[in-house]
Amino acid sequence: MSARGAKEMNNQGRPTRPNAGDAPRRGTFTGNRALDMEEALIFETGRLDATGVDFDAPAPFVSKLGAHARDGAIGLPGLTEPEAVRHYVRLSRNNYSIDAGLYPLGSCTMKHNPRLNEKMARLPGFADVHPLQPIATVQGALELIDSLAHALLTLTGMSAVAMSPKAGAHGELCGMMTIKAALAARGEDKTRTVVLVPDSAHGTNPATAALIGFSVRAVPAEADGVVSAEAARAALAPDVAAIMLTNPNTCGLFERNIVDIADAVHAAGAYFYCDGANFNAVMGKTRPGDLGVDAMHINLHKTFSTPHGGGGPGAGPVVLSERLAPFAPAPSIVRNGPSLSLAEHSEGTPAFGRMSAFHGQMGMFVRALSYILSHGGDGLRQASEDAVLSANYVRASLVDLMSSPFGDRPCMHEALFDDRWLKDTGVTTLDFAKAMIDEGYHPMTVYFPLVVHGAMLIEPTESESKASLDLFIMTLRDLAMSALAGERERFVDAPIAAPRRRLDETRAARQPTLRWAKPAPA
Amino acid sequence: MRYLPLDAVDRAQMLTRIGAPDIDALFADIPAAKRLAALLDLPNGLGEIEVERRLTRMAGRNVAAGSVPFFLGAGAYRHHVPATVDHLIQRSEFLTSYTPYQPEIAQGTLQVLFEFQTQVAALTGMEVANASMYDGSTACGEAILMAHRVTRRRKAVLSGGLHPQYSDVAATLGAMANDKIVRLPLDPLAAEDVAAQIDDETSCVVVQSPDFFGNLRDLKPIAAAARAKGALLVAVFTEAMSLGAVRSPGEMDADIVVGEGQSIGNALNFGGPYVGLFATRQKNVRQMPGRLAGETVDADGRRSFVLTLSTREQHIRREKATSNICTNSGLCALAFSIHLTLLGEAGLRRVAALNHAAAVDLAERLGAIQGVSVLNDAFFNEFTIRTPRDAAELIDDLAARGIIGGLPVARLAPRAGLDDLIVVAATEVSTLADRQAYAEALAQCLQGGRKK
Repeated sequence: MSARGAKEMNNQGRPTRPNAGDAPRRGTFTGNRALDMEEALIFETGRLDATGVDFDAPAPFVSKLGAHARDGAIGLPGLTEPEAVRHYVRLSRNNYSIDAGLYPLGSCTMKHNPRLNEKMARLPGFADVHPLQPIATVQGALELIDSLAHALLTLTGMSAVAMSPKAGAHGELCGMMTIKAALAARGEDKTRTVVLVPDSAHGTNPATAALIGFSVRAVPAEADGVVSAEAARAALAPDVAAIMLTNPNTCGLFERNIVDIADAVHAAGAYFYCDGANFNAVMGKTRPGDLGVDAMHINLHKTFSTPHGGGGPGAGPVVLSERLAPFAPAPSIVRNGPSLSLAEHSEGTPAFGRMSAFHGQMGMFVRALSYILSHGGDGLRQASEDAVLSANYVRASLVDLMSSPFGDRPCMHEALFDDRWLKDTGVTTLDFAKAMIDEGYHPMTVYFPLVVHGAMLIEPTESESKASLDLFIMTLRDLAMSALAGERERFVDAPIAAPRRRLDETRAARQPTLRWAKPAPA
Repeated sequence: MRYLPLDAVDRAQMLTRIGAPDIDALFADIPAAKRLAALLDLPNGLGEIEVERRLTRMAGRNVAAGSVPFFLGAGAYRHHVPATVDHLIQRSEFLTSYTPYQPEIAQGTLQVLFEFQTQVAALTGMEVANASMYDGSTACGEAILMAHRVTRRRKAVLSGGLHPQYSDVAATLGAMANDKIVRLPLDPLAAEDVAAQIDDETSCVVVQSPDFFGNLRDLKPIAAAARAKGALLVAVFTEAMSLGAVRSPGEMDADIVVGEGQSIGNALNFGGPYVGLFATRQKNVRQMPGRLAGETVDADGRRSFVLTLSTREQHIRREKATSNICTNSGLCALAFSIHLTLLGEAGLRRVAALNHAAAVDLAERLGAIQGVSVLNDAFFNEFTIRTPRDAAELIDDLAARGIIGGLPVARLAPRAGLDDLIVVAATEVSTLADRQAYAEALAQCLQGGRKK
C-alpha cells in the first residue's frame, strides 16, 4: 500500500469498533456478534493502488486519446481478491433471501429460483454472444427466443409477443405504446386520451399511462373487491383509449366480470390492457386471449422464476391480440424456412419503434425457457394450482383471527387481510410486519393495495412444503394472538433480532446522503 | 415435479382445511366457458438431463465470442470479468432477494447500492448517481424526460454520434409523449456543430463520447453553449471502461450522465440483462428517475442504508411520478460494483490502457491494408474503418472465415448511405494473434472480393 493510497482512501481504516456507542448493548469488543458482522464501506477500507486483478502493462505505444486523456485521481478504491470476497460475503449475510426462508411478498411471486436455470444462462453459447453478431452465428439464440415466445403465446392464447421490454413496468409502457400506435392508425390517438385504471392498481399503471400523455380516470371496485361491468360501462366514453386492469387483481381476486368488461371496452372502441403481474395464479387454467385481453405483460421474474436479484434485472415480454400485433415494436424474429432472422427496423412498417437497444433480456429468456421445459404444460398448471391452494390454505387458517376485507371467500394466489382486527391493539400493520422479521420471516407486502386499510398481502407461492406453510401459519397465529392480548412491546420495538433495528427513514429523505464522502479531518 | 413440494396427501388435507371439495372450486371465479379443460399444447415436464441437453444444443448453434477472434462492440463489449464476480453474485442472499423494502433485513443489498452509487458518481465525475436503470438506452430516454422536467421544455437534440438504437429509443419515447426530438444525421467524422442546433426551446442536447463511431468528443464547448440557452447537456457513453482513460463527462460540465455499464462485470448475454448508469448534479436529484439508496441510522444510532426519496416514485406519486420505473438492474449493478472494486483505480487505469493499446495496434494494422482507411483522429478502444467493399458482405465473409470483425454501420442505419463503414472494437481480451489474423483475413477478403 502506498502512502498516497492510504492517505487518500484509508483515513478511517476497517473499524474494529464501528460505533463505540453500540458496544455496551451488543456486548462485544468488535461490535460483531458471532455470525452477525459489521462491515465498513469499500471507501473506508480500499486503497487507490490496491487491485484484485493482475494485468501486465501494455508495451509502449503512441496514444490516440489526444487531448481527452484523463488526468487526476478518479477516487475509486480497490481491494485485493480475498478482501473483496470477504466484503461481499459479509454484506450478503445481512440479506434475507428465498433460499433461506419463506418470502411471502404479495404481488411479487417470490418462488424458488432453480439453479439449473443459472447454469443454462451461463453456457458460453448464450452468455458469451454479442447481440450484433452476424445472424448466421446466432441461430441458436434466435431459436431460444422463438421457443420462449411460442410457449408464452400458448400459455396466454394471444397472437404475438414483443420480447424486448426489460421489466414489468417497461412491458406496461410497451403495451400502452402499442395501443397508442393502433389508435393513431385509426386516426383516434388525439381524441382517445383517457385510460381507465382501478384504484387498486399498482402505481406503475397510472405512471405508465401518464408517461405517454394519457390522463387517468379511476374506476371504482365493488364492495366485493372486483370491478363490475356496470362500473366499467359507466366510465367508458368516446375519449377512452384503454382500460388497464390487473387480473387476478391486486386484492388477490379473479376479476370475474372480465369477459363482460372486455366486451364493453371493445364495444366502446377502446383496448383492454391486462397487467399480468399475477399470471402465476392461472397458468393452464384460463388464457387471457380467451378473456378478451388485447395486451398483457408477463413478469418473467415472477411467474417464470428468474431471480429477483435484490431488485432486478427483470423481463417483461408483452403478449398482444391479433388487433394489436402489427404495431409491436422492433425487433421481431422472422422465420425463413429453417433459418431465423431479425427484423430490427420499424421504418415503413406499422411497428411503433423500439423500446431498448438490442433484443431484450436474453439471460432471463434462457432461465424462463429452462423453467418452462422443466415444468412442462402439466407442471405449470400444477404450479398455479399449488400456488392458489397454498394461498387459500393460509387464508383459511388465519381468517378467524385476522380480518379479510372482502369476506371469507376463496382467493387466487395471494391472501389479503386488512388491519380492522388490530383496532385498539396499538399495533399497526407495520409493527406486525416487523415482528415477523424477529420470527425469521420476511414480511408480506404491506399497505398495498392502497384501497384496503393497513393491507397485508400474503403470497406464499407453490414453492413451500406443507410443513413450511404450517409453521408460517402457526407463527402468524401466535403473533396475532399476542397482538390481540395486548403484548405491544413484541411489535413496537420489533425487529430486535435483525442486523438492524428500525431505520430513520425521515432523516434519510430530509437530509439525503446518497454517496460516501470523505469525512472532514478531525 | 421436482420444484413442487406438495404431494397428493398434502393437497387433500389442505383442501379439507379450506373446505373446498376440489382444486377447481378455488378457480370458480373464472367464467366457466373460459376455463381450460385440457392441458395446454406444451410438452410435459422434463428432468434436468433432458433440459440441459436441449438448451446446450441450442447454445451450440451460436458462435461464442470467446471462441473466435472477436472485434465487435457498438454498445456491448467483451471484457475479462474475474471469476470472483460471478461467484459472488450467485450468493443466495444477493441472487434470491427482492427489492430492499424491509431495510432491517436487506442491508447487504442497500450497502452495495450505496457503494455502487458512489462508484458511478466518481467514475462519471458527477455529484450523485442512482441505483441503476435497465440499460444504457433506456437510461438515455429517461435522461431526456428528466431534462424536460428540469427545464420545463420539451425538445431534445440528438447528436449524430449517438448510438442509432439509443436514438431510436429516444425518438419512440418522444413521439409517444408528444415531445420534439431532433435527430442530427449520423456523423462518422464528428464534424457536426451540435451547439448550433440549440435554441430557446431546447431542453437538452444528447451527445455520446466515445461516440458510436469511436470518436472522443470534447463536450465542454457544447455544455457551455447549452447553458447559455438554458438547456442541459446529457452526456452518454456505451463503453464504461473508457472512463478509466478519458476525461469524465462531469469534468466537461455535463448536467446528466447516462451510460451502459455492461462492460464492467457483465457478460455480453446477447444484449441483456445489462445495467444503465445514471448520474447528475445534486441540485437535480429530486427530478431524477429510479431507485436511490441513502444513508441514515437505525433506532440504536448505527449507520444504516435505506431506499429514499421515494416521493418521486410511482408507488407513492402514481401518475405524477418522475418515471414509471419500479426496479433497477440490481444484480447487474452488483456485478459492476464488485468488478470495479476488484479493479480499483489502479486496475481500471491499467485495463483501460490495455484496451487503448489493443485498439491502436489494430487500427494501424487495418489502416495499412490497401483501400482501408481509419476515420478517427482520437479514439479509445473502438474506431471506424471505411472499406472498398460493402461492409455487411465483408463482415459475413469474415464470419465465414471464423472472425467476428465488427459492426457494419448499415445494419443499424440502413438508409444512412454509410454502407462502406465498419465499427471495430478491440479490448484487453483480444490477443496479438487475433489482431494479426483479422488483418490478414481482411486483406484476403478485399483481394478476393469484388470491388465496389
